[in-house]
Amino acid sequence: MKPFDYVKPATLADAVAAAAQPGAAYLAAGTNLIDLMKGGVSRPDRLVDVTHLPGLDRIEHLPDGGVRIGALVSNAGLAHDTDFAKAYPAVAEALLSGASAQLRNAATVGGNLLQRTRCAYFYDTASRCNKRAAGSGCDAREGENRLHAVLGWSEQCIATHPSDFCVPLVALDAVVEIEGRNGRRELPLEELHRLPGETPERETVLEPGDLITAVRLPAAARDFAAHARYLKVRERTSYAFAVVSAAAALQIENGKIKDARVALGGIAAKPWRSRVAEQVLKGATPDAQNFREAAQAALAVAKPSGDNAFKIELARRVIVRALTLATAGTPARISALPGSPFAANSGALHA
Amino acid sequence: MPELNPTQNPVHMRHGSNIGQPLTRRDGILKVKGQAEYAADHHPKGMLFAVIANASIARGRVTSLDIAAAKAHPGVIDVMTSSHKPKLAIDPDIKTNPFVFRMEVLQSDEIRYAGQSIAVVIAETLEAATEGAALLSPRYAALPARVGLDAGESFEPPVVGVGNPTAHVHGDVEAGLAAAAKTVEAVYETPPQYHNAMEPHAVVASWDGDRLSIDTPSQAMVMARARVAELFGIPAENIQIRSPFLGGGFGSKGFLTGPQILGVMAARLVGKPVKLVLRREQMYGPVGHRAPTRQRLRMGVDGDGRLVAIDHHARTVSSSYDDFYEPAAGASHTLYASRAIRTTHDAVRVDTGTPLFMRAPGEATGSIALESMIDEMAFACGIDPLDFRLQNYAEVEPITGKPFSSKALRECYAQGAARFGWDKRRLAPRTMRDESGLLVGWGMGTATFPALMFMAEARAAIRRDGSGVMEIGAHDMGQGAWTALAQIAADGLGLDLDKVEFRSGTSDLPDGGIAGGSAHTATAGNAIHNAGAAVIAKLADLATKDERSPLFGAGNTGVVARDGRLHRRDDESRSESYADILTRAGLAEIDARATGAADPAAQAEYAMHAHGAVFAEVKVDPDLGQVRVTRMVGAFAAGRIINPRMVQSQLYGGMIWGLSFALHEEAITDRRSGRIMNANLAEYHIPVNADVPALDVLTVDEHDPHVNALGIKGVGEIGITGSAGAVANAVWHATGVRVRRFPIRIDELLT
Ligand SMILES: Cc1cc2nc3c(=O)[nH]c(=O)nc-3n(C[C@H](O)[C@H](O)[C@H](O)COP(=O)(O)OP(=O)(O)OC[C@H]3O[C@@H](n4cnc5c(N)ncnc54)[C@H](O)[C@@H]3O)c2cc1C
Ligand code: SF4
Repeated sequence: MKPFDYVKPATLADAVAAAAQPGAAYLAAGTNLIDLMKGGVSRPDRLVDVTHLPGLDRIEHLPDGGVRIGALVSNAGLAHDTDFAKAYPAVAEALLSGASAQLRNAATVGGNLLQRTRCAYFYDTASRCNKRAAGSGCDAREGENRLHAVLGWSEQCIATHPSDFCVPLVALDAVVEIEGRNGRRELPLEELHRLPGETPERETVLEPGDLITAVRLPAAARDFAAHARYLKVRERTSYAFAVVSAAAALQIENGKIKDARVALGGIAAKPWRSRVAEQVLKGATPDAQNFREAAQAALAVAKPSGDNAFKIELARRVIVRALTLATAGTPARISALPGSPFAANSGALHA
Repeated sequence: MPELNPTQNPVHMRHGSNIGQPLTRRDGILKVKGQAEYAADHHPKGMLFAVIANASIARGRVTSLDIAAAKAHPGVIDVMTSSHKPKLAIDPDIKTNPFVFRMEVLQSDEIRYAGQSIAVVIAETLEAATEGAALLSPRYAALPARVGLDAGESFEPPVVGVGNPTAHVHGDVEAGLAAAAKTVEAVYETPPQYHNAMEPHAVVASWDGDRLSIDTPSQAMVMARARVAELFGIPAENIQIRSPFLGGGFGSKGFLTGPQILGVMAARLVGKPVKLVLRREQMYGPVGHRAPTRQRLRMGVDGDGRLVAIDHHARTVSSSYDDFYEPAAGASHTLYASRAIRTTHDAVRVDTGTPLFMRAPGEATGSIALESMIDEMAFACGIDPLDFRLQNYAEVEPITGKPFSSKALRECYAQGAARFGWDKRRLAPRTMRDESGLLVGWGMGTATFPALMFMAEARAAIRRDGSGVMEIGAHDMGQGAWTALAQIAADGLGLDLDKVEFRSGTSDLPDGGIAGGSAHTATAGNAIHNAGAAVIAKLADLATKDERSPLFGAGNTGVVARDGRLHRRDDESRSESYADILTRAGLAEIDARATGAADPAAQAEYAMHAHGAVFAEVKVDPDLGQVRVTRMVGAFAAGRIINPRMVQSQLYGGMIWGLSFALHEEAITDRRSGRIMNANLAEYHIPVNADVPALDVLTVDEHDPHVNALGIKGVGEIGITGSAGAVANAVWHATGVRVRRFPIRIDELLT
C-alpha cells in the first residue's frame, strides 16, 4: 500500500492537531480503514492512532442516569457489559448481530459509527463513485444495486450506511461527543451522518480533525428496556450485513403505547429514525393493525434506487415484526443468534 | 454423531486391517501446530516478492503503464511486462494436449477478462511490490465487455467437459412428450461460482542455471512439471515441484495457472528466488471457476407416473479465448429410467477467465436443476418425491443400457429416509410449521457421481530391517489422501502402518496422477496396491526358490504376506520374516513399481457410479423470507470405504457446499464492466457455522467387484450433488414458492 506516516499522539489536543492536516485519518482498530487502504480506496498520508489515548475506553454510568461510552470501548466489550445490556438491550443485541466475534473484539465504538459504506462500486477503484472521487459519477446507479438505498438517496449516491449499532442508538436519542479544533462539542447522532444530496463525498458533519470521544445515551432511553428489540434480516444466519434491519423500542402502559421509537438500518445513507412511525404508535394499542400502519408511514416516501423494490416491502415487515417482538417483551437473555429471525429457536450457540 | 460403519472385505484382511480403520489425519498434528509448510511459507535466501497488476477492463488492450513511477518506488527491483520478460519456449496458447488450458502470461497487450494479469512488479518487500503495482496506472483501449448468458450468438461446442459429446439422444423425446399423460417444463439458472480455496495460489520459484525448484500447491504435480518443462524449454528432470500440503484446491489447482507461471518467469527475469501469492480478489479470474448455466428441462410421464421423456438443455459460457463447457445436462444421463432422454448444450463466449473444473463440474449444476424438476414432476403427479424416484429407479444405466457395476441407491434411499423420518412428510407445500410459527419444509435429492480412474504409478520397497517404503507423488489437499493411501500401502506391503514410510508430495516421485474427478484414492490406491503386490511377489520369489527358507517350494502364489512375514498359504505355521529373507539374500532392499488405471474391459461392460440420497429440512420465516437449514441427512454408497472418518469429512464438506449452492454462493458480475463486484469472502457468501446444522452422514455398504481391485469409487464430489436440490426442494416445500434461479434469495420468498 501507499507509504504513510504513523503518529501516536499522547493527548487529545495532539491527536486533533495531527489529524487536522490534509490527508490525515484517525486509526482505531482498523477493521474498516486498513481494508480500505489495502484496496487503494483510502490513501491517507498520515494515520493518527487513537488507540492509546487515555480515558476513552470506559463505560461511565452518569449521575443523571445516562451512560457515556468512550470511543475506544470495543463493540464486544460494550455488548457484554451486563449493566449496559440490561439498560439498553436493543443496543447490545444490535452490536452482537454485527460482523464476527473476532471483529467485534477489535472494532471500536467510534470506528463503528464512522465505518464506510459497503457499496461495491465504492470499493472497486476502477468504478466511478461520487463518494470516493467527488463528481466522478455513480456506477451503482445503473449497476448491481439490489442491496442499495430505498430512502434518502439521490441521483449522486444510493449507498447505505452499514452499521447495526447506530440503528438502536439513533432510536434512543444518542448524543455524540466530539473534540475538535475549536474545543469540545456534542450533537445528536441523528445529525452526524448526512444524506448524500449533491455531495455524497461528505458523509458526516465532522470537520477535519474532529475526534469522536464518546457516545452518550440519555437516562430516558432506559425507560424502553422492557420492550426493546433489534431485528436484522440477512443473507446468511450470521456474519453478514443487514439487508434491512430495525430497532423497535416501546413503553407500554395500561395496554397502550406511551412512547415509541423506531429506526431502520441498511436502507439509507444514515441510520434512519422514523418519527412518523413513532407518531402513529404513540397512544395506540400495540397490535398488528397499528404496527402495519406505522410501517406504512415509515416507508411512505421510500422508492427503489434500482433492483431493490423488495427492500421496501421487507422493511415494512421488519418494522412490524420488530414491534411485535418488542411488545412481547425483552427476553431475559440475548439469544445465541442476536437480531436473527431465528433468535427464538436458534438451536445452537452461535453468534 | 452417526456411527462409523467401515466396510471390511475379508479378502484384504489377509494383508492386515489398516483399510477400513477410521484413522485421524497423519498430518493433523503438524497442521494444528502450524508446522505444515505450505508453498507460501517458504523463504529461500535472497528471495524477492512479486505482485501482479490486474486489468480493470474485460476486453481490449493495455496502451500504457507508468513503469517509471513503479520503478521509482523504493524497494522495487523490476517490472515485468509484455515487452520485458523472459521468452518462453513455446506459445502458451498452443494446446499440446487436451489438458492444456490457455493462460495469460504477458504474451501480448491484449486483455481477455477483468482481473487478467497485465504486469508483475518485483520488489524487496511485499509492500513495495504491492504499491509498485498500484503505481502502474494502466491506460486502456477498451471494447465493450460481453457479460452473461445472453452476451452473444450462441453455438454448439464440439465437446463439453473433457471430451464428452455435446448432445446425447436416446429414444424419441418429442414423441415421448407428445404421448405423455403429463408434462412439466421449467428453466433454472445457476450463477458463476469461484472455488475460494482457503490457501491462495502461491509459488516460490528458484532457478539454478537451467534447473528449477518450485514450491506451489498442485493437484497434479507431474502434469504441472511437464507444462513448466515445455513452457521454459528445459527437461522435466531439471524441475522439482514440491506440493506437500494444499489448503484446498477443488479443481482450481488441477492445472498450473497463469500466476504460477508468472512467478517462475519473474524469478528467471531477476535471477533470484521469487515468491508470488495471489490476493483473495485475484483468485476471481485466472484460476478457473464454475460457469453460469441456464437449463431448460422438460419431462413427461405416462399414466402410472413413469418417466417417458427427459429433455435437458443447458446453456453455458466459455471465455473468448479457450474452451471449457460445463457439462450440466449430463446429469440426466444416469439417474432416472426413461424411454427417451435427450441432453444438449449450447454456449456463448463472454469476457471472463476460462471457466474450468470446480468440485463436481457439470454434476453439481445439472443436479440442482434435475432434482428440482423431478420434485416438480412428483408434485404434479401427486406422488411423494421419494416414491416418485423409486418408481423411476434406473435398473440399468438409462442412456447406455449397461448394467451398473454396483448400485446400492435403493438402500441409500431407505436408510436415509428412515434416519430422517421422511414418512411423516406432508405432500402439499406450506403445510408444516414449527412451534414458533416458522414454515418447515422437507426436500430430497438423489446424489450421483461417476466412479472414474486416471493413471498413476507407485514404487514399493521392503528393506532389510523389515520396514517398507511406498513412494507416490500423491496430493493431500486436506482431504486426507496421505492417510488413506498410507493405509492401503500398509496392507499392500503386509506391514503395520508405522512400519511403512510413505513418501509423497514431490514431483520426482512416481506419478501419482491427478487428485481430481473423485478418482485419487481409487487411482493412486490401486497403483499402491499393485506395487505392494509386485514387491511381495518378488520377495516370495526369493524365499520360495531358496532351499534354506521354510517357504521353499511354496511357489509364488502359495504365500500370504502379514505382519512383516510371508506365510505358506497351506500351512500358516511355516513362515519367514521379510528381514530374514532379505538378509540371507544379501539385499539391503527389494523394490517394484506398478501402475493403477481403469480396466477398459470392465468399463465397456459396466456403468460405474457412486450414489446417494440426501434429505434436508429448512425453516423459513413466513413474512421475512430468511431461510435456515435445520437438518440434513445424507446416505451414500461409494464402494469400499478406506477410511470412514475421511470419507465422512468429504461428504460433510460436499453437503455443506450443496447447501451453499442452493442458498448462498454467487459471483456478482457487473453487467457493463464484466468485473466481479464481490470478490472477497465478506461479500461472496459461503455458509458460516450458524448456517450449517448437525449433519448426519451414513455410508451404505457396497461391494463392487468391477470398478477396480480395491472396489473404491471415490467420495470427493458426490456430496454436493443431491444436496443442493434437497435444500432447494425443501425451500419450496416450506413456502410453496418454486425458485428456479440460484442461489435462492429473500426477494423471491416475500410473498
Ligand atoms: C467482514 C466484516 C463484516 C462486518 N460486518 C458488520 C456487520 O454485520 N454490522 C456492522 O455494523 N458492522 C460490520 N462490520 C464493520 C465493523 O463494525 C467496522 O469495521 C468496525 O466497527 C470499525 O471499527 P474500527 O475501530 O475498526 O474502525 P477503523 O477501521 O479504525 O476506523 C473506521 C473509520 O472511522 C474513523 N474513526 C475511528 N475512530 C474514530 C474516532 N474516535 N473519531 C473519529 N474518527 C474515527 C477512521 O478514521 C475510519 O475512517 C464488518 C466489518 C468486516 C470487516
Ligand atoms: S452509490 Fe454512492 S458509494 Fe456507491 S458508487 Fe454510487 S456514489 Fe459511490
